[in-house]
Amino acid sequence: MNTASEIGASPSSRAAAKKQLSDRFKTYKHVWVFIEQERGQVHSVSWELMGVGRKLADKLKVDLAAVVIGQEGEASQAAATESFCYGADLVYMVADDLLKDYRNESYIKALTKLVNSYKPEILLLGATTLGRDLAGSVATTLRTGLTADCTELDVDADGSLAATRPTFGGSLLCTIYTLNYRPQMATVRPRVMPVPERCARPIGRIITLPLGLVEDDIVTKVLSFLPDRDSARSNLAYADVVVAGGLGLGSSENFRLVRRLADVLGAEFGCSRPLVQKGWVTSDRQIGQTGKTIRPKLYIAAGISGAIQHRVGVDGADLIVAINTERNAPIFEFSHLGIVEDAIRLLPILTEAFRARLSPHSRDRIAG
Amino acid sequence: MHLLVCIKQVPDSGQIRVHPVTNTIMRQGVPTIINPYDLFALEAALELRDQFGGEVTVLTMGPPSAEDSLRKALTFGADRAVLLTDRFFAGADPLATTYALATAIRRISSEFGAPDIVFTGKQTIDGDTAQVGPGIAKRLGLFQLTYVGKISALDLHARTIDVERRSEGGVQLLRTRLPCLVTMLEATNQIRRGAMADALRAARATILKWSAQQAGVDDISQCGLRGSPTVVKRVFAPAARNEKATMIEPDEQPAEALINAIFRCRPALEIELAALARGY
Ligand SMILES: Cc1cc2nc3c(=O)[nH]c(=O)nc-3n(C[C@H](O)[C@H](O)[C@H](O)COP(=O)(O)OP(=O)(O)OC[C@H]3O[C@@H](n4cnc5c(N)ncnc54)[C@H](O)[C@@H]3O)c2cc1C
Repeated sequence: MNTASEIGASPSSRAAAKKQLSDRFKTYKHVWVFIEQERGQVHSVSWELMGVGRKLADKLKVDLAAVVIGQEGEASQAAATESFCYGADLVYMVADDLLKDYRNESYIKALTKLVNSYKPEILLLGATTLGRDLAGSVATTLRTGLTADCTELDVDADGSLAATRPTFGGSLLCTIYTLNYRPQMATVRPRVMPVPERCARPIGRIITLPLGLVEDDIVTKVLSFLPDRDSARSNLAYADVVVAGGLGLGSSENFRLVRRLADVLGAEFGCSRPLVQKGWVTSDRQIGQTGKTIRPKLYIAAGISGAIQHRVGVDGADLIVAINTERNAPIFEFSHLGIVEDAIRLLPILTEAFRARLSPHSRDRIAG
Repeated sequence: MHLLVCIKQVPDSGQIRVHPVTNTIMRQGVPTIINPYDLFALEAALELRDQFGGEVTVLTMGPPSAEDSLRKALTFGADRAVLLTDRFFAGADPLATTYALATAIRRISSEFGAPDIVFTGKQTIDGDTAQVGPGIAKRLGLFQLTYVGKISALDLHARTIDVERRSEGGVQLLRTRLPCLVTMLEATNQIRRGAMADALRAARATILKWSAQQAGVDDISQCGLRGSPTVVKRVFAPAARNEKATMIEPDEQPAEALINAIFRCRPALEIELAALARGY
């Protein structure tokens, strides 16, 4: 993505860039989505990408293909089958035991080989640690453009991919094109796009390619893998309800009020960035541009001002509720419900009121 | 051992304001800083040098004013600084950036010895792409280790390096061979305060300034805007949401009022929340 210098570049230099696709790229067709597997599990970001990939393919009137790279056997087969359920017209697959763990060298080989053989016009990957590692290397190998962390993808009138992403720490958005190189590559963070509806479909065409490597060709070795402890692993990005606190809580002690409300709601808890910087909360709980993107049905933000970097992480929430002492806080500009209150006072009574309201006893009463 | 750290001078984006009418960035007076993630990379390099001996070179591509960031890196203890600066580099996207930086690293190699490890931060705070590290690795044929939280072992005899790499569901322990490229994760190490002697040395140090030609660029069309496959077509402020929040006026029972408002907006939530709460 172009940064400071581009934004400062004169509009004429930008406007001067015209689409002049060379003949060798004219055969590039179809939209591809990389299906990310981590130890046999497909990362949900892949299905999110299938949703937007389907839209792009329909607009361009081309096929949507899923790219499955992984260990030979059941898991990769299952990933392929699932891809059809999420809208793939066909699947390209490289399955080999050397691809059991993610390693840059073997995965670049597999993906570039597929791209060079079957020439996609658009290639989408998740902006995960795996996806970004792979996308950067593949784009450089292919000498093509890659737009990272897109929040919106579309095709414009002349069929070019318009990739929109935040820039300058989220204060602005920019739309980026890869006019003259193929494939046009983009990554999208988990939870930015909705998961499309899954429909059971008979399995379709799977095109396989051999990896063509032996273990000795791959220098990097995986010595071991330490899975995150369950307790350390938050389900924040995928939670239906999230309660978060910001600097307005005043102290790490008071952050407990957020955790208590989250407990009562069966919700995940999160925070704004300064709380991570102060060491009150661990970094996996940070919501926003440099933290997690969330899409809950209900988001309650207590003592959070609503800076743009925070906002970009919560824009996908269905109902945003803000508690802030300052009537003019920016968060009231994009929340759906707001209350001007001291969060330290309100959170405990809110927790009790929710507990009372949601207890089985009270439901019986409603039912009766 | 030769360690090379790529750093970038970035605007302190927390302080950036957007002009309300023209939608352009108001950059006047916005202070610049070393990209915070690059500082973790620099610290990792300095620690290895202190342990194994050798030299740390810092490299940046940027306007002449990026010299400030290099001098800052010298005060932290880096041994040598190179500034790649030329109008041909203006407007570089990540691919063009990696071309320029890889070229400069080749020249540094021929002059001061090839780096054993090239470091970058995991990403910059203005571009945020996380692409430049992998791109440099690819262009120079270095083994690539991204999102590294810790360098757990380095064997200079066997020329191997072991690292802890953050992955989606846990931490991968990887071993690869030198020379390699490492991108460093945040908050994995404490950034040192520069020593007085380093500060004095930094103030006097000469910073190597190379133009595209001096760095050995052989194909100017791969640099800057011309060498960038991506093109920024439009820059705009995020759309404001049409309606502002419905405000609940606090009364005697603000909690109940808020809960009622939530369930009035989303009646289905009450049943789902009751189910979630029961699960708890
Ligand atoms: C490159 C970059 C990336 C960033 N990424 C992120 C990110 O991912 N996520 C993120 O959150 N931030 C991020 N930030 C930081 C962001 O710009 C803001 O600084 C941050 O979100 C502010 O956090 P806050 O709202 O908790 O604190 P503040 O801005 O200090 O706001 C505190 C709020 O609490 C209110 N308040 C005070 N007392 C009370 C009370 N008793 N009860 C109720 N309300 C009260 C105040 O009115 C105020 O609105 C990033 C910044 C940069 C530069």
